[in-house]
Amino acid sequence: MTTLHYLVLAPFIMALLVPFIYKGFRHIHTGWFVLALPLILFIYLLSYLPIGGNTLNPEVMVVPWVPTLGINFAIYLDGLSLLFALLITGIGTLVVLYSIFYIANKKDEPLNNFYVYLMMFMGAMLGVVLSDNLMVIYVFWELTSLASALLIAYWFHKEKSRYGAQKSMLITVTGGFAMLAGFCLLYIITGSFSIQEIIAYFGQIDLTSEVLVIPAMLLILLGAFTKSAQFPFHIWLPDAMEAPTPVSAYLHSATMVKAGIYLVARFTPVFGGLPEWFWIITSFGLLTLIWGSISAVRQTDLKGILAFSTISQLGLIMALFGLGSASFIDNIAEVAIIAAIFHLINHATFKGSLFMVVGIVDHETGTRDIRKLGGLMSIMPITFTISIIGIASMAGLPPFNGFLSKEMFFTGVLDVASLNIFNIQTWGFLFPIVAWIASVFTFVYCMIMFFRTFTGKYQPEKLEKEAHEAPIGLLISPIVLASLVVIFGLFPNLLSYSMIEPALHAVLPYTVGLDNYINIYHWHGLNTELFMTIGVVLFGSLVFINLKRWQESTFFLHERDPLNRLYDGGLDGLVAGSQRVTNVQLTGLLRDYFVYMMVFMLILLGWTFFRYDAMQFNFTNVSEISPYLWIITLVLMATTISIPFIQHRVTSIIAVGVIGFLIALLFVVFRAPDLALTQLLVETVMVVLFLLCFYHLPELRKEKFKPKFRFTNLVISIGMGAIVTLLGFSAHAARHSLNFSPISQYFVENSKPLAGGYNMVNVILVDFRGLDTLLEVLVLGVAALGIVALIKLKMKEGQDV
Amino acid sequence: MRTNFLMLHTITRIVSFIILSFSIYLFFAGHNNPGGGFIGGLMTATALLLLYISFDIKKIKKAIPFDYSTIIAIGLLIAIVTGLNSLLFGDPFLTQYFEYYTVPVLGEIELTTALPFDLGIYLVVVAVALLSILTIAEDDS
Repeated sequence: MTTLHYLVLAPFIMALLVPFIYKGFRHIHTGWFVLALPLILFIYLLSYLPIGGNTLNPEVMVVPWVPTLGINFAIYLDGLSLLFALLITGIGTLVVLYSIFYIANKKDEPLNNFYVYLMMFMGAMLGVVLSDNLMVIYVFWELTSLASALLIAYWFHKEKSRYGAQKSMLITVTGGFAMLAGFCLLYIITGSFSIQEIIAYFGQIDLTSEVLVIPAMLLILLGAFTKSAQFPFHIWLPDAMEAPTPVSAYLHSATMVKAGIYLVARFTPVFGGLPEWFWIITSFGLLTLIWGSISAVRQTDLKGILAFSTISQLGLIMALFGLGSASFIDNIAEVAIIAAIFHLINHATFKGSLFMVVGIVDHETGTRDIRKLGGLMSIMPITFTISIIGIASMAGLPPFNGFLSKEMFFTGVLDVASLNIFNIQTWGFLFPIVAWIASVFTFVYCMIMFFRTFTGKYQPEKLEKEAHEAPIGLLISPIVLASLVVIFGLFPNLLSYSMIEPALHAVLPYTVGLDNYINIYHWHGLNTELFMTIGVVLFGSLVFINLKRWQESTFFLHERDPLNRLYDGGLDGLVAGSQRVTNVQLTGLLRDYFVYMMVFMLILLGWTFFRYDAMQFNFTNVSEISPYLWIITLVLMATTISIPFIQHRVTSIIAVGVIGFLIALLFVVFRAPDLALTQLLVETVMVVLFLLCFYHLPELRKEKFKPKFRFTNLVISIGMGAIVTLLGFSAHAARHSLNFSPISQYFVENSKPLAGGYNMVNVILVDFRGLDTLLEVLVLGVAALGIVALIKLKMKEGQDV
Repeated sequence: MRTNFLMLHTITRIVSFIILSFSIYLFFAGHNNPGGGFIGGLMTATALLLLYISFDIKKIKKAIPFDYSTIIAIGLLIAIVTGLNSLLFGDPFLTQYFEYYTVPVLGEIELTTALPFDLGIYLVVVAVALLSILTIAEDDS
């Protein structure tokens, strides 16, 4: 275990401590205790930054977990993981600080839940970005989904919170499952779960020769797309906005939704250079970009705008990683990867600050509806200043960092569109067009957000509270983020060598002639990118001015994404469908259930007999059958056959009892005292049970069945009897023909030396097959609780569980 | 009219204790002779059932004030904890150990971890049998 292993585990340990802290220091806000952890982790991670002669030497540090399956808790810290880890801990610190002031320490506020989930998320997210082992990544990946759902449903008394939580859970976990399948396919190809080994392996082979590469890629991308809210899976993100704002700022804009992007970046060295990888990621990214930005324009909720804006920006980063994967063929596309990494950092800063600002507006005015807001500029001057910085950066205006990455985005799109690979010349001309249109809409929603909130008329009558400036505690975190926006905008090369270059090396490790010199600057001369930006500003303003005319159109009245209908319908259909399937098979008649079981066993055993030609007869070495056995067996058969013809309940119970005792007798004859004893006791208990049930049961009535029904039952029961008999004969015959030695010999020899007991049956029960026994009694326990539930529930006619 | 099952009550008082002690013997004998947790548990259950049947449920409930659903949980926990115990020594789950000791009066006796495991099984079996039967019996709808 290295320090980095403990770094991943530390938030989980914190999560364990939080409830005690909450109980012990009730009057102090729990957040203050939690705050220290992400801060320490952030400062510690900073020491890994390659500045001042410090170099980052990535290596895999392995702690065995399930070594036999190749699953190890392996930590790998390279530029990409470091960038994400810094984002997680850095934004995490600010978010915790912000949440202290955002969620007041009231009596009925379950703060302990909040911080437990938040710490769980932080640990899981650190685990995702720092692990080298795919299975470990998967475990942490699902943990982030779980933590996210729990945080969305933090105010679980709200119907919408629960809906949003369920939606995000269903969509991201479905993707996670697909991703797991993809990981398994990768394991089949390479025989390793370690990403670094997979990268090394894929570097040697010809990718097109492996059939499984494309399915594995598609499945992994499904995981990445669901997590990163790419079209058409983006619908969960707007509903996730029901979470408290600190959570939205942290999980649903800065970190968790970027896990999919991380995965794509991480797998770029594996799949990069494949045309499918390039096209799928680029097209889904661009589609998400434009869909998100257009949808954002028609939102009326500030958080809704930010949600769709996040979706669109995630699409942008995703598209850039897709475009950049072309650099395995031609390194001109490298600029796209640089832009992607740079924009990733920028997006975290400006979107984080904007979310916090929206939280402040919500907190201080009681609403986030832009139709009710307005004129807050003079009332909330600090908030106003922060948000103008964030919004300008998001819109891509100089001198903020958003401008720089937007310019680089245009450069990347134009450069890649001019390439002559992957058939880009056919559809490539669309890349700049889509990028430009999406940027126009981005500009428009930025304007809407800014002008509708801060300018116009102040309407105090529509607000729930008297608007006023937020307390300083709430403002610290967004101020920090906004200053980062400015600093990164003015001095972008602060990031070039410390973060972007190491991350670039992690994404493109084997590209030849990698341009080591990353220089980001504002003025590029009068080139296409600049004219595109000017066009965006001019056209965007034009659209915004004319927005009033279109506001009554049907496009604007449909605030909800139309894809939601598909999801809701699908979910309802799934529930109704499974209910129907369940109702078809669960008739409530024990007889039917027996038929299912018997038919299943008949088919299974019959097919096996047929498939492996296992039916054999061999009567050598059969012992004499004593007269006792003849008598017992004949009586047993006679009683069994008589049961269906008995009309009276007591008589049939007695007949069943006779069978039981005869079987016990058989055990005695075969010298199996344990079995005989058990059988006798079971029979005794059964008698008591029957006595009790007898009181409740109706008179045994002669049921009239259709002949067809009787015939099927007859066939099934005869078939079952025949197959079991054949099984016995064949097992006996196979013992001689195939020369199996019975396993009982092992137990005879070893029950004393290995388990210290002479009673073989009991030694098997408690020692050799102890797990079986444990699970059997577990089943017994569950059955007993089931009986209690059935009887105590007392359901009426027509009621359903 | 109040019926008085004098014979039944008197016999039950004696017989149920014979069965109970026999069941405990069976439980301990399990390792080397016929018996064990499952059989012992079933026999204990029958002894208790005899009590429940011959006297009325309310009276016995007062005499044996156990919640059987908790006993199921306790039994399972005991079984699982004895299984987990082996993990401490680096062996797989549910590895059982045994050792022989010489005690002054009893002579050489064998102590095994299988015994607490079997105790767990015993408790679950007793509780399951009694819980299901009593629940059905108390149902008066």
